[in-house]
Amino acid sequence: MKHTLSVLVENHAGVLSRVSGLFARRGFNIDSLAVGTTADPSVSCITIVVDDKENAIEQIEKQLNKLIDVIKVKDFTPTEIISRELMMIKVNATGQTRQEIKELADMYGAKIADITRNSMTIECCNTTERLENLLDIVRPYGLKQVIRTGSIALEKGSEQFSI
Amino acid sequence: MITTVSEAMVRCLEAEGVETIFGYPGATICPFYDALSRSNIRHVLVRTEQNAGHAANGYARMTGKPAVCVVTSGPGATNLITGISTAYMDSIPMVIITGQVVSSLLGSDVFQEVDITGSVEAFIKHSYLIKDPKDIGRIFKEAFYIAGTGRPGPVLIDIPMDVQKMEIDFTYPEKVSIRSYRPSFKGHIGQINKAAAAIAKAKRPLIVAGGGIFISKAEKTLRTFVEKTKIPVVTTLMGIGALQPDDPCALGMIGMHGIRPANYAVGQADVLILCGARVADRTIPNPEALARHKTIIHMDIDPAEIGKNIGVDIPVVGDIRMILSQLTEAACEDGLEIDGSGWDDWWEELHHQQKEYHPDHGDRKNYVNPKLFMHALYQKLPEDAIVVADVGQNQMWAANEFSVKKGRFLTSGGMGTMGYSLPCAIGAKAACPDRMTVSVCGDGSFQMCFMELATECQHHIPVKTVVFTNNRLGMVREHQRVAWDNNLTAVFLDGSPDFAKLAEAYGIPSARIHLNDQIELAIDSLIHSEGSFLLEVIVDPLESTL
Repeated sequence: MKHTLSVLVENHAGVLSRVSGLFARRGFNIDSLAVGTTADPSVSCITIVVDDKENAIEQIEKQLNKLIDVIKVKDFTPTEIISRELMMIKVNATGQTRQEIKELADMYGAKIADITRNSMTIECCNTTERLENLLDIVRPYGLKQVIRTGSIALEKGSEQFSI
Repeated sequence: MITTVSEAMVRCLEAEGVETIFGYPGATICPFYDALSRSNIRHVLVRTEQNAGHAANGYARMTGKPAVCVVTSGPGATNLITGISTAYMDSIPMVIITGQVVSSLLGSDVFQEVDITGSVEAFIKHSYLIKDPKDIGRIFKEAFYIAGTGRPGPVLIDIPMDVQKMEIDFTYPEKVSIRSYRPSFKGHIGQINKAAAAIAKAKRPLIVAGGGIFISKAEKTLRTFVEKTKIPVVTTLMGIGALQPDDPCALGMIGMHGIRPANYAVGQADVLILCGARVADRTIPNPEALARHKTIIHMDIDPAEIGKNIGVDIPVVGDIRMILSQLTEAACEDGLEIDGSGWDDWWEELHHQQKEYHPDHGDRKNYVNPKLFMHALYQKLPEDAIVVADVGQNQMWAANEFSVKKGRFLTSGGMGTMGYSLPCAIGAKAACPDRMTVSVCGDGSFQMCFMELATECQHHIPVKTVVFTNNRLGMVREHQRVAWDNNLTAVFLDGSPDFAKLAEAYGIPSARIHLNDQIELAIDSLIHSEGSFLLEVIVDPLESTL
């Protein structure tokens, strides 16, 4: 099952390398990884989505906790969190298809961020699944470029995850 | 106090009570060496950087405190990498100081620049690259704290040369507080009680004692627990001597090269109590199959080791000495009263296995039987001797015969680093000058580290060296025989020098023996000679490990 790990780390140089290196050398697969600072500027949050067996997830969590720069790790299953990912799609668009693409984007709550004579750039912020849907739907127009940030996630409810 | 960073580095070491360091200088660490020359800290100059790591390793294992090694940037640092990984795999506390090129040139591939913090990332407990000279005190304090607490390990501090020359207002912090690092010590009482209950119900309990026993200084606690409960004890390679070899409950070493009674006990036990042992593949080759029919109690300070290699029924996280004393208490409680009664059948079975086991001490015609040799050596060594085994057949001969009462057995367990024995023995001897220290190696491993004979001589750290010569990389040969259809390749050590003459070149007395009959006399001269000694023992190239 897919798990989302929220990892609070010290916000200084070399930390991301330690975290990502750990995944590589222990053979854990990363679906996505996103990093940014938190309300406390000395702390960053790394959000990692992994798809692995339960005991592997447990081991990942323990290994992450061993890194000195890691302050806290929390493991979430998909139903426990609100997750969002930002994607931008540069898709072929002509005079004939422009309106169609715009309507599709609207259905996903996406915006048109840029238009040229032969392309459009769609900007969409949603769950990873919804982004996959949108991508499938606009694929037939011809994808020029797709770029994604990786998921970030917050626990549902009023609970606060901080150091 | 206004001082240079390099002076401050020395003050940091002094404040940590460091008396001896092992190292090899170079341009980028010269500011530190300059300051060090005005300190009382003893510097032991090794002959290659890797061995600074192994010497610090031996020193740390004997003092139980983080040991320090210092090298220069670039090749100095990369040469040390094997020393670092060896320490990491065996959880040895160590603080490594590396010089670095001047900070403004970092990242531009200048002379002797290497990204050492990046290079060692996979096998270091933590590392620092100091850019702000004001951080010096905090970082040293943290480094020693991190290296020596929790599950110990190496911590590296990389310091650019220009930073070492800067002036700062220095005070060494008294306290350390790292919000992201708070190792737990006491075992969870609920888990302790569960473990005690499982042991009370057991018909065939067994303790597997690993290197963690030494790290947490739990030898006495283990002995008390075993005296009370009469649970048989096997050890891993790293746990040899955790229970005195003459203890009636000690069954010997398990694993691929362990002895039959010990491995039998592991196979037949119904409750396995893993104490500071991480269930490595050479120790327990088939953990999942083994765990299926047993209750596994795993006690370790590193939660990540629990459940990593073997499925666990009762995990207990904490310092093994704490846990064992908690468990001893729990064992005495009403209703449990674990006192060894009820395990007579189990013991009878094990005693039978022990009786059936006869190490092969037979004659070898034109060679010395290395197993007999080790047996005889252990009989004659002082009862607190330190024995450092290298890696390969010599290691297993030394391991399985180990019987020095209050001695220590050191070896590179996790990494299996050849060339470990001599530098480690030098470090161990530097830490315990009054204890006889013996390095046991093969002719392969000896040639990976014999340059350190000079270190022994220069710094008056006399080590007794035993070299088993079979003109082969014996364990590889054996592996090729079994697994590669006897296609022996690249395992012949032709071209080796005359080791006795080599020792002589260093001014070290030596002897060579090739018959069992010569063993007693040779061991006497090794033990009674003043200072260093090298004894070459000729063994049959076909001699087997077990």
